[in-house]
Amino acid sequence: MSATATMQAGMGTATRRGETAVHCKGVTKHYGEGTSKVWALRGIDLEIGAGELTMLVGPSGCGKTTLISVVAGILDRDDGECTVFGRDFTRMSASEKTRFRGENVGFVFQQFNLLPTLTAAENVAVPLMILGKGRSAAVKQGAEMLEKVGLKDKLKSLPSQLSGGQQQRVAIARALVHEPKLIVCDEPTSALDHDTGHVIMRMLKNVALNESRSLVIVTHDARIFEFADKIAKMDDGRIKEVSNGVAEVARRNGGGGGGGAGH
Amino acid sequence: MVFVALKMLVGDRAKFLGIVFGITFAAMLITQQASIFIGLMTRTFGFITDTTQPDVWVMDPKVQFVDDIKPMQDTQLLRVRGIEGVAWAMPLYKGLIQARMDNGTFQNCNVIGIDDATLIGGPPEMVEGRLEDLRRSDSVIVDEVGARTRLAKPAPGAPRDAEGNIPPDWPRVPLTIGDTLELNDRRAVVVGICKVSRTFQSQPVLYTTYGRATQYAPRQRKLLSFILVKAEDGLKPEELTRRIREQTGLAAYTGWEFSEKTYMYFVRFTGIPINFGIAVALGFLVGTAIAGQTFYNFTLDNLRQFGALKAMGASNRTLLGMILLQAAVVGVIGYGLGVGLASQFAQLSARSELAFRLIWQTLAATGGAIVVISMLAASLSLLKVIRLEPAIVFKG
Repeated sequence: MSATATMQAGMGTATRRGETAVHCKGVTKHYGEGTSKVWALRGIDLEIGAGELTMLVGPSGCGKTTLISVVAGILDRDDGECTVFGRDFTRMSASEKTRFRGENVGFVFQQFNLLPTLTAAENVAVPLMILGKGRSAAVKQGAEMLEKVGLKDKLKSLPSQLSGGQQQRVAIARALVHEPKLIVCDEPTSALDHDTGHVIMRMLKNVALNESRSLVIVTHDARIFEFADKIAKMDDGRIKEVSNGVAEVARRNGGGGGGGAGH
Repeated sequence: MVFVALKMLVGDRAKFLGIVFGITFAAMLITQQASIFIGLMTRTFGFITDTTQPDVWVMDPKVQFVDDIKPMQDTQLLRVRGIEGVAWAMPLYKGLIQARMDNGTFQNCNVIGIDDATLIGGPPEMVEGRLEDLRRSDSVIVDEVGARTRLAKPAPGAPRDAEGNIPPDWPRVPLTIGDTLELNDRRAVVVGICKVSRTFQSQPVLYTTYGRATQYAPRQRKLLSFILVKAEDGLKPEELTRRIREQTGLAAYTGWEFSEKTYMYFVRFTGIPINFGIAVALGFLVGTAIAGQTFYNFTLDNLRQFGALKAMGASNRTLLGMILLQAAVVGVIGYGLGVGLASQFAQLSARSELAFRLIWQTLAATGGAIVVISMLAASLSLLKVIRLEPAIVFKG
């Protein structure tokens, strides 16, 4: 895996392709106590480089969502190491963690989670407003980002007036507008048809990775594996195998294909 | 994030209107019931505040409130006049006397007899005629509401039955100067119309001289209801009341003290405060329930959005600020609408019998209640959002 090279300059971070964005070693996490105790992560080792699109795949309940929650800093791990751009969430105060997330992490949710009463441009502007940018400047920047994802004519549309694909594009614009270095996506194509899903993935890959951002995508959708630089297969709280997307597609299509990088 | 908070709030019209309705309802009910209560309570001592000339009211020690008349002997007047520091002391008669109407029905009237010579204790404002006209024989001055309502006379052309009575449903017109009444089988001529504060029992008020009032009144050994006293310049009324109490054994109060005594009697010995208190409490509870429930539902509906904001870097402080802003906005709008509706109600009922007195203290108290309602409504939501795990956004 790529050599670890982190850059850390306060909250603000900058990365170059090939540098390590996320480093996890022996990460564990459990829910519940006593007889109802369930291990969601049982020692995860994972490296994600800058400019890399990593997919976390596996059956339901295998710990994918828990892992991206830990990586994104919205859930605390129990044990192990996990740094994001060299910063360890467990060593940050709650407010530092919140600010770090706001500046460095973009989110794309399965259910889009757009604010239904805000227009598309206003929704995209929300991360900027969270970071303290004025409304008009934020909305203007949000509109520019919407243009980049091909929704120039939908700036003033409410989410309810948009199709599923358009809503997901708004969500992607929202995840990118504040130029985060890490983007986590939870099943970004599960609510979309095949063609729209491919459009969305192409967009994510182009818009996000052209600027050496790191993408972590949780998905069940085998149709989008071809976009992955790296696929981490999870089961029962562990990463069973790491392969590259092309090899995985070839294997699924009945071919051999190498490139596996077992963990 | 002010913008986002406001758009979230007003964007869901149904819930926004539901919360505003709850607070409006509470503000209106609290203001209206409190104002009616204050209006009613003010009526209990309206006669005292209308009678502005005296500094001190002297009465039998057993009197509990202004309408609780325990007559004194006329000689008490002379005793009071003899006390050092008394500039003047005048007799006042106050009692209920039945007036016989032209259509044969009877109406209880509050008859006030004022000093024959000085006419001290007269009505605060004359609408028609002059106070001095009370010096004419059989003269009385009637309050304008009484003249317009309970003492109104039959319209001209009324048919009469064999006993000379007019049908009760025959149209009536206000009593005017020159009209006559029968008080305890004695003739009374209206020589003026005055304006007075409404009384608690809403009976018509008739002013006449003390001497004539004692003739209208049923025969009794003692007829002097109150002695109105003015303190000499430089003497505090409180000091004069002390001297009168010590030297005569009578009760003596300043106007303010007597008003308060009357007011407190009604507070302690009638169910009025409890009844109105229940209505006010009900307004508060129902308003809190509606606003709280709707506000909480509003937050629950937006929980994923709040979770998304939290995940995207919005701090708890930011989210709490948003919720408090939302609560403040609905609170201010609901308060404004509620108080506005209550004021409109007051405007519409200004000429009716309804006692309604809106004072700034009521507005302030209602404002305080609305702040509490808004905060209670928001507090459940605040707890929910503080405890919210941002990871909720990744749950399907």
